[in-house]
Order: sequence, then structure tokens, then C-alpha cells
Amino acid sequence: MTDDSSRRTPLYSAHVELGARMVPFAGWEMPVQYAGILEEARAVRSGAGIFDISHMGRVRVSGPGAEAFLDYLTPNDIRGLAPGCAHYSLLTNNHGGIIDDIIVYRVSSHEFYLVINAGNAEKDLAWLRANHGKDVVLADETTSTAMIALQGPAAVQMLSSLAATDVWSSSRFTFGTTRLGDLEVLYCRTGYTGEDGFELVMSADAALEVWGKLLAAGAVPCGLGARDALRIEAGYPLYGHEIGEDTNPVEAGLMWVVKLDKGDFVGRSSILEVVESGPSRRLVGLRLSERIVPRQGYNLFSGAEVVGTVTSGVFSPVRGVGLGMAYLQPPFHRKGSLVDVDVRGRRHQAIVVPKKDLISD
Amino acid sequence: MAVAADLRYSESHEWVRVVGDLATVGITDHAQAELGDIVYVELPEAGRVLAKDATFGAVESVKAVSDLYSPLTGLVEETNTELGDQTELVNQDPYGRGWMIRVRMQNLAELDSLMDASAYAALVDEPVK
Repeated sequence: MTDDSSRRTPLYSAHVELGARMVPFAGWEMPVQYAGILEEARAVRSGAGIFDISHMGRVRVSGPGAEAFLDYLTPNDIRGLAPGCAHYSLLTNNHGGIIDDIIVYRVSSHEFYLVINAGNAEKDLAWLRANHGKDVVLADETTSTAMIALQGPAAVQMLSSLAATDVWSSSRFTFGTTRLGDLEVLYCRTGYTGEDGFELVMSADAALEVWGKLLAAGAVPCGLGARDALRIEAGYPLYGHEIGEDTNPVEAGLMWVVKLDKGDFVGRSSILEVVESGPSRRLVGLRLSERIVPRQGYNLFSGAEVVGTVTSGVFSPVRGVGLGMAYLQPPFHRKGSLVDVDVRGRRHQAIVVPKKDLISD
Repeated sequence: MAVAADLRYSESHEWVRVVGDLATVGITDHAQAELGDIVYVELPEAGRVLAKDATFGAVESVKAVSDLYSPLTGLVEETNTELGDQTELVNQDPYGRGWMIRVRMQNLAELDSLMDASAYAALVDEPVK
């Protein structure tokens, strides 16, 4: 399964030792599961789980032109982002399509840190390099660092018990540095599970020790399978499923990160056109009342008519039914609409719910 | 993971337990482990006639869907209704309570085309128990 070109994170040996099933993912050899996807996902909903997310790209953007550069390449309000804060954003192309979804950290007035998708890292870096001026410096820090997500209702207490400084009182989407023993760790109150928690960045050679401390504190190791199940339950988009270069932020429900009034940025005029004409489809949450799993690419019907397509689906570990996300044409995108999922030639009814409410109501 | 000694096996990882001309069919320990947590099992109606190697249903894990192939030609006499809401039985007890269908065989000679435990154990590189 693994070709010679696949990369290993600094935590590879820990995964093997824990008996993880390793799979190729976005050019990396990653753990898809340890004990089992359902058990891991439930651990994150009830306690705390840890995920190796070192495969994600980490890029430092600095220099006197860094703010203006990112302000033009991303649609969110970079100028309003204070040092010590992070926000969710996008890289948009000239047609308003989504090159990637990213987290932007503002370190200082002239320094930012980007976390980008592993599968898009090369493309994103090429795009950033092709568009920056002389007063911007890009540094790819993916290989020199590691990244661990600590997620779940017990996550904050767990990191607090290990950290040398107060991490408890941090707010969502803020970050700082602390020490676990003598290991320096950057912590950000973010995640991709719908639970409270942190994403931690540390030097590559500190990764095994940090991972070990979190395991010893009771965190459950979780693989990519649980990560995907949890992000679908939380209604979070994943590049290649809900978003891509041929989807725009309007139909993807991401206009909350697009600040049309901030001035020009890449793709602004195209996005504005979609806003004015109205999108031809909308991303929604989809819930079944049985154990049927809607999968990416399945058609959605109203009577005999195809009215949409599933983008992601999973058996919800929390609700015990099939859940997913889908693009639906108006008016079927409305909350409470009923559509049929075709699974192996048989129709199963699904209800449209807001993405954020897939498991919460 | 283990291969049960007294069963016959297909290359698509179904097992068959034969009593007279009645064959009980399920998926192997190897197959359930590869799939991971099974969350849905789709089985045929009793009374359906299955041809050897025809699709008789599907199993869905959290991550993937796999078709089920009938190792034998015959009439479906019974299906395991416990798997409707206890799909984890396939993971926990693949050769026992995780059984899927009982088929009244129409061609006993087809059994010769299936592997015995040692041949299947060699295929999946697991021990016979």
C-alpha cells in the first residue's frame, strides 16, 4: 500500500507501537485507526483524544508586506486580526473558487503562521510564492515541526494539568506558547471535531515526548477515520468533498469568512456576482433516521428528479444513524426538506438540517 | 484474527458452514478486521435464489462499502435479523452470532471450489484455530 515516496511524521514510531493501521494519505503514511473509529470518536465526545496532524502544512509568512499580501490572497479580515489570535479563512482563486481552507495565526504585526491542508500544501506554496512581493518571506516549517490536536471536553483540563502556564483561560481561536516540562509548545484553542480543545505545534524532535505526556494523562489516540467522522458530525467542510476550486464560498456556506467590504482580494468580483445572482446549489447537513450511510457521490432525489449530491457521509458514532453533507438545489436546501438518498438502488429518506445541528438537536 | 478450522472459504472472504445441504454464510475474521467497525449489513429477503458468486448484499463500515458474494448456488432460507441493529456482532463474533444468511444448496459439488481452512489461512497469512 505504501509507496517509497510517502513521508512519515515524527510520531510514526508511536503509531506503530500503538498498533495503528497505517494508510497512505496525501503523500504521508498516517494512522487511520488504533482501537476502532467508533470507539475513538466516542472518546473525543466524552473525554479527550489526540490526533497526529503533523502532515498538515505549516508556513510562516513574515516581512513588512506580509499583512497586505495575505489581505489580498485571503477573503477574511486580516487587518482586524490581533496578535495572538487566529481565524479560519480561505485561499480563493480568480474565479472565486476555493484553492484551500486554512487557519491564519497572527504572531505580530509583520508575522503570520498558516496551517494548510496536507493534500494542498505543494499547490498552496506554489500559489503563495507566485503572488508575493519582495517584502514578504515564506518559510515552510512543516518538516521541522510536528502538530498534535488534543480534543474533547476533558482536553482543556488535561493540557492545564501538564502546562507550566495558564492555558485554561485562553479563548477560542487564540494562541500562545507554554511548556510541558521543558518542551516548548505553541497552543491554539482550535480544532476540527466540534469539541473544545487545542491544536499544538512543537519542534519535530519534541513530538514523541509531548505525545507520550498526553497519552500518560489519559488522552485516547485517534486516527484519521475518527477525525473524519467527528468533522462530519460537526458539519465542517473538507477540501475535496465540500469545497474545491470548482466550489465558491457562497454555495459552501462560508460567507462568514468572506469580507466583501474590506477592499479588493483575489476572487472578490466573482464571489460578488454569485451573491447577486444567488447560488445554484447550497451545502447542507443531511440526516437519516436509520443506519444507512450517505456516501460521497450518491445522488439525492425528490421524486424522480435528481436535486443534489452527497459530498461526505458517515455513520454517526454519537447518534447511531447515517449523517452527511450535500449540495442541494433550491428550494430543497431548506431546513426540514425531505429528500431521498439512493443507496444500491433503494431509496432512503433524509432530512435537511443546518450543518452545525447535525448531532446537536 | 483467526481462521476457523471447520469451515470452507471463498476468495472474497466469505465463510461457509455446511450441515447436510444447508449452508450458513458469513464474512471472515480477516474481512471484518479489514473493514473495521461495521455499521450496516444489507441482506436479501428469504426466498431469493442466489447464483454462485452473485452479490447477495453489502456490509458498510464507517469508511467503506463492500459487496457480499454468495459462495454457493441456492435458496435463501433465513437471514440473521439480529444484524439489523447489532451490526457489531460481525466484528465481535464473525463465525458465530455474526452469521448472515442460511442457504439451501442446489449444487453440492460447488463446495469443492471453496478453500479449506489451511488454504484460506495461507491466503490471508493468519493462523487456523
